[in-house]
Amino acid sequence: MQMRTIEISVGAFVLAGMLALVFLAVKVSGISLSEDRGGYIIKARFDDVSGLRLRSKVTMAGVTIGRVSGIDVDMLRGDAEVTMEIDGEEGGLTLDTGAKILTEGVLGARYVSLVPGADPDTLRDGDYILDEFTQGAFVLENLIGDIVTRLGAS
Amino acid sequence: MIRFMRSVGAQALERLASLGRATVMWGTAMWGLPGPGDFTLMLKQIYHVGVLSLIIIVLSAFSIGAVIALQFHTQLSRFGAEDAVGLGLALTLLRELGPVVTALLFAGRAGSAITAEIGLMKATEQLSSMEMMGVDPLHRIVAPRLWAGIISMPLLTAVFNVVAIYGGVIVAVEWLGSDPGAFWSGMRDAVELWEDVGKGMLKSVAFAVVVTWIAVFQGYDTEPTAEGIGLATTRTVVISSVVVLAMDFLLTLSMYGDF
Repeated sequence: MQMRTIEISVGAFVLAGMLALVFLAVKVSGISLSEDRGGYIIKARFDDVSGLRLRSKVTMAGVTIGRVSGIDVDMLRGDAEVTMEIDGEEGGLTLDTGAKILTEGVLGARYVSLVPGADPDTLRDGDYILDEFTQGAFVLENLIGDIVTRLGAS
Repeated sequence: MIRFMRSVGAQALERLASLGRATVMWGTAMWGLPGPGDFTLMLKQIYHVGVLSLIIIVLSAFSIGAVIALQFHTQLSRFGAEDAVGLGLALTLLRELGPVVTALLFAGRAGSAITAEIGLMKATEQLSSMEMMGVDPLHRIVAPRLWAGIISMPLLTAVFNVVAIYGGVIVAVEWLGSDPGAFWSGMRDAVELWEDVGKGMLKSVAFAVVVTWIAVFQGYDTEPTAEGIGLATTRTVVISSVVVLAMDFLLTLSMYGDF
């Protein structure tokens, strides 16, 4: 009898623990195993990526469609190369897709916003977004500096 | 002066020797896989160590979750960033507070009990009579407790995290009126399965090994007197807590620190 209660309560305890783990995996982390989601990689060059981080969001029309998986600096050209993992099959983004680095929320998290173009051709795995369609991060200090010099000149 | 050096040396040797005894004990106890008869013993220990710790875990988790949510909410609402409460709460719990607080509570609730129990067995010469009967106390007494601790603590940590998150939900969403959608989606966006949940659980397993090891060894190595058992129980709690906190820093450094 006593062993029975012990067995039952241990069983319930282990089950509760397992359920808690499943809950943490599903409800809290939303199972974001970004590795095996398929998807493909596109790259883009920006003149400034201040505030962008690894795993920042990549969105289109406000919907998250991927994540930043790499940020490197190109010393020769003096710009930054951002690698993005886009979910789903390749062929969804036109060749003239634009990319902007925008700010979200009051905490100022930066993300990449993709703007669809009209070209019939699409970006393939590993392609670069054309440089004339990228727009780097908006840095307030630079802008203020710009205004001050212009005011000074006029 | 010489006497002082001698006492330091004796202390150091004694510490080293007890570390050696602890390692030998742990090694021999963990070596033999539990047989079918040991399973019942282990079940009993999981009951004592895990099930009976549930109440204190649930109560503490609820209060801690509620307090964190309250703190985050009051601070973040000054910047109008209440949406980040869920994210902050979940990351704090999964990465740090869940494993650490569970380990500390576990050391106080279950570790001390294990030490006292084994210490008393030693004082009343139950251990030596077992040896006399040809039963290895390491396998009969020590191993089930070690395994029970290692199995129970990660489960307790998972329960702790879930209860604490709900404690936070009750404060932030139900009471202070954060938006539930933003609360959960912010949490889901930031929390990664392996990076946060997995590594937190890994920490908890590491703490489980160390805390149960310390508890069992202190009992096994105690001075077989009433005073000795008291001291050993105190030492279990003190050493476990200090080691858990120090280990937490090292684990965090190796898991999340990029250097």
